[in-house]
Amino acid sequence: MGTSLVGALTRRPHDMLRAVDGVDMAIARGETLGLVGESGCGKSTLGRCIVGLYQPTAGEVLFAGEPMAAKRERAQRRRIQMVFQDPYSSLNPRLTVRQALSELLRAHNMVPPGQVEARCRELMELVGLAPGALEAHPRHFSGGQRQRVSIARALALEPEVLVADEPVSALDVSVQATVLNLLEELQQRLGLTMLFIAHNMAVVRHVCDRVSVMYLGKIVETASTAELFTNPRHPYTQGLMKAVPRLVPGRTSEAVAVAGDPGSPISPPSGCRFHPRCPIAQDVCSQQQPELAGETNHLAACHFAWTAAPPRHEPEVAQEAAGEV
Amino acid sequence: MSEPILEVRDLHVEIPLTRGTVRAVDGASFTVAPGEAMGLVGESGSGKSMTLRAILGLLPHPAGIAGGEILYEGADLVTMSAKKLQDLRGKEISMIFQEPMTALNPVMRVGDQIAEGPLAHLRMGKSASQERALDLMRQVGIPDPERRARAFPHELSGGMRQRVMIAIALSCEPKLILCDEPTTALDVTIQDQILKLLRSLREERGLSVVFVTHDLAVVAQTCQRLAVMYAGQVVETGSIDETFRSPRHPYTLGLLRSVPDLEDVRDLLRSIPGTPPDPVHPPEGCRFAPRCEFAQPDCMVGDKPLRSITPTRSTACIHDDAPARAVQLEPVIAGG
Repeated sequence: MGTSLVGALTRRPHDMLRAVDGVDMAIARGETLGLVGESGCGKSTLGRCIVGLYQPTAGEVLFAGEPMAAKRERAQRRRIQMVFQDPYSSLNPRLTVRQALSELLRAHNMVPPGQVEARCRELMELVGLAPGALEAHPRHFSGGQRQRVSIARALALEPEVLVADEPVSALDVSVQATVLNLLEELQQRLGLTMLFIAHNMAVVRHVCDRVSVMYLGKIVETASTAELFTNPRHPYTQGLMKAVPRLVPGRTSEAVAVAGDPGSPISPPSGCRFHPRCPIAQDVCSQQQPELAGETNHLAACHFAWTAAPPRHEPEVAQEAAGEV
Repeated sequence: MSEPILEVRDLHVEIPLTRGTVRAVDGASFTVAPGEAMGLVGESGSGKSMTLRAILGLLPHPAGIAGGEILYEGADLVTMSAKKLQDLRGKEISMIFQEPMTALNPVMRVGDQIAEGPLAHLRMGKSASQERALDLMRQVGIPDPERRARAFPHELSGGMRQRVMIAIALSCEPKLILCDEPTTALDVTIQDQILKLLRSLREERGLSVVFVTHDLAVVAQTCQRLAVMYAGQVVETGSIDETFRSPRHPYTLGLLRSVPDLEDVRDLLRSIPGTPPDPVHPPEGCRFAPRCEFAQPDCMVGDKPLRSITPTRSTACIHDDAPARAVQLEPVIAGG
């Protein structure tokens, strides 16, 4: 039992879940950055830290160079707004759309009281809903319409940055297109900067200028959309792309795109967190965490991202599984 | 052509509610050949899940079958006695559900859940059924089955739970497996694993599958044929290949156009304007007509039943040449 100071400080009685573990990210004004990853990668947590819903344990969020305090003031909170995934739980069921929007407009003094109604109507028009929708409660709307209301609410405060956390995942595919087109249109019209969190690669390709891929709390690759989709350098990104089912009928390969399960963010694998599932993992991968490195517009956190890839082999997880049979 | 293993004929499922009767399934017909994977595709409210549950008599109260026939190897499941249906269920016809966390018994170890079927249906002894459970776990790719068999569902990942469900579905050597959106709740890399597992199991055992999903890309990769549902009705059936390359119903075309695909980068995604009709008071005539870009006056009156256009294709659209022509001008799927 150590009595050293370091011992006392580093002793952790509880499990620590490092949802986001040392992430550096920058979004340029007017840009749409996609944040892609599977469950447990930390993308939603990161999005909420940016909006100010979670306080980071360490690190900071800078807006136009200025740090955003842990407890943000009203003026600061206006600047970054969020659209949530679930259109059924993210709107207050007891408020009409008019009430929900007016509340915001008044609280932030967006317009003089006499103009609140007019501004509500403008917001409806902005998202393609009829003015009559102001009277309705969320339960009267379909999923796609609710998302539009959520977008109107997010835009009511005229934010400069919009964080969209899987805004279309819960919607039917024919409706997704409408909401995506709307987001794109608004982004161009209003010069919005957007962080688009998604797990659907095809959607991300459509909407984003640049994309970051997250895995177990870390960013493993960042590049422009075109570059990422034509030249992915991280084995996880490559696997993710291969896993997406294509619309073109026909057989995909027999082999799975990525073997095994992601493993726990509470006790992530040593070294590179992806190494147990990686088809090119070498000894160094389990010992040393790779840094995000590469060219100006393309970074990847893999020891072999920019060198000749080692020969492919069965990933560690598949070897373990095979040992059983 | 051999006898179909499953034939659904003009199925109707109704849900009596205070505000009216919801016609959840209002005329669904399709067939599944032995060894074939048939995709049942539609968006929310299309009736696809209800159709699947009707097959096994698993409709949630107060929903009930209000008409039609469901022929399994020639025998009508609708009029079958509850005892005989129970005998079939889990044995010859089994089901894989969408949410493994809610479909599995949370207070029972997974090994025991897998062994339940053989114990009850196949009358295997306790140790024989436990052995069988371990064997099945190996076949569905669950590592370290001896240890995992003792786990409870909440101790397993989503992908593992789904594998357990698949093991349960296979446990009594079924001929037909009904899948209700089995991968919708899973991450894409896990979905990929599960779909490939289902495919290889199906091919090895010559299983027939009905695969309900809203994801057209998943259908493209896993099924040979599909039936498209809209507002409670089957509006088109055909092989995946011919239907995707040349849809014969405007809704199918609309659906194909609205899917963002990894390969293709159109500027604007095409969506289908409008919303599905009220299932309590569906409109007269073709239910898709109010949203259809090719609609004509004769679309708005009279029932539009499914009709055969080739031995392998059928459509409910009376102007089915219109979507076919649109796709020639602007293909959704590139290449021949």
